[in-house]
Amino acid sequence: MTEYILLIVSAIFVNNILLARYLGNCPFLGVSKSMDTAIGMGMAVIFVITSAGVITWMVQKYVLDPFGLAYLSTIAFILVIAALVQLVEMFLQKSVPALYRALGIFLPLITTNCAVLGVAIINIKEDYDLLTTLVFSFASAVGYSLALVLFAGIRERFAVMKMPKPFDGTPLGLITAGLLSMAFLGFSGLLK
Amino acid sequence: MRLVNEFTKGLWREVPPFRLVLGLCPTLAVTTAAENGVGMGLATTFVLVCSNVLVALLRKLIPSKVRIASYIVIIASFVVIVELSMQAYAYKLYEALGIFIPLIVVNCIVLGRAEAFASKNNVVLSMADGLGMGIGFTMALTVIGGVRELLGSGSVFGVHVMWSSFEPFGFMLKAPGAFVCLGFLLGIMNIIGAKK
Repeated sequence: MTEYILLIVSAIFVNNILLARYLGNCPFLGVSKSMDTAIGMGMAVIFVITSAGVITWMVQKYVLDPFGLAYLSTIAFILVIAALVQLVEMFLQKSVPALYRALGIFLPLITTNCAVLGVAIINIKEDYDLLTTLVFSFASAVGYSLALVLFAGIRERFAVMKMPKPFDGTPLGLITAGLLSMAFLGFSGLLK
Repeated sequence: MRLVNEFTKGLWREVPPFRLVLGLCPTLAVTTAAENGVGMGLATTFVLVCSNVLVALLRKLIPSKVRIASYIVIIASFVVIVELSMQAYAYKLYEALGIFIPLIVVNCIVLGRAEAFASKNNVVLSMADGLGMGIGFTMALTVIGGVRELLGSGSVFGVHVMWSSFEPFGFMLKAPGAFVCLGFLLGIMNIIGAKK
């Protein structure tokens, strides 16, 4: 049990997928201008990363490994993720229209979010078992959403402030992300 | 003339990570040293040029409904080629770049150029576009890698250049340093761009 708790703390705070592993930065800077979109994106990411992590793990262990096709894993994973995102989109549209409207445009964007493929690859590289994969994927996604929501909260304040012209927008966003990342470095004392 | 233009736009006017703000993850992650920046840049350039050429060749055959999926498969195939050849011939670099080699698949620059340029233009123009963008991306990564290596370990391309009492900022090699460094470089680019 302790090892799972450690894994969760590590994935959310210490090795935050966005701020310490640098995955998924494009949507991070793209959709973090307002709190509502950040929350929508965060929910969609949690859902997709967790399910994609588990499914790609199964594809690797039950399809690619037995047939000696491990070198195809990059192609297989990206196709699985693209198909999964499509499926999730259709499923939500039919059965949970309210959630579909809330997540709306964020779902298709997730295919090219490198955090999804990144987590799938880390699961295989670290040789996790199924339960660890599930826990790690979920915790990483929660860490991603946490960073996204915190960042959006900071960024909303930018709108009312006076900025030096050349630094307005992305440059200042990046520097803020750097400061946030520095704050998260403080958590590294939690784990030995 | 058009050919030269498509090639040079990637070098300054539309340098991918600075001007278009695309492909940030590898830009931030692998640039702890100038050498890694060059390696990542060249790997991406290879994938960009090859996928642009193939997409341009097949642009009339791929039905527009499934085009994105087809582009991803084309890109992923070239990424696997890069991954396996690096594992065989440049193992040290392969270790240093880690999961960011397979992640070239989801680098928005590659898919972005396939969709925005190669699917509408002929093979030669697409190749020039891919090559220009790739070289621009490599230069950008090398500059960021160079700055971070200079401040973070006092050397450039592994050669020590700072004075002997120079205390390296370990901060620059960690994640926050990457964000802050890229933020400042973008700001400086904007200042230079605004003067012209």
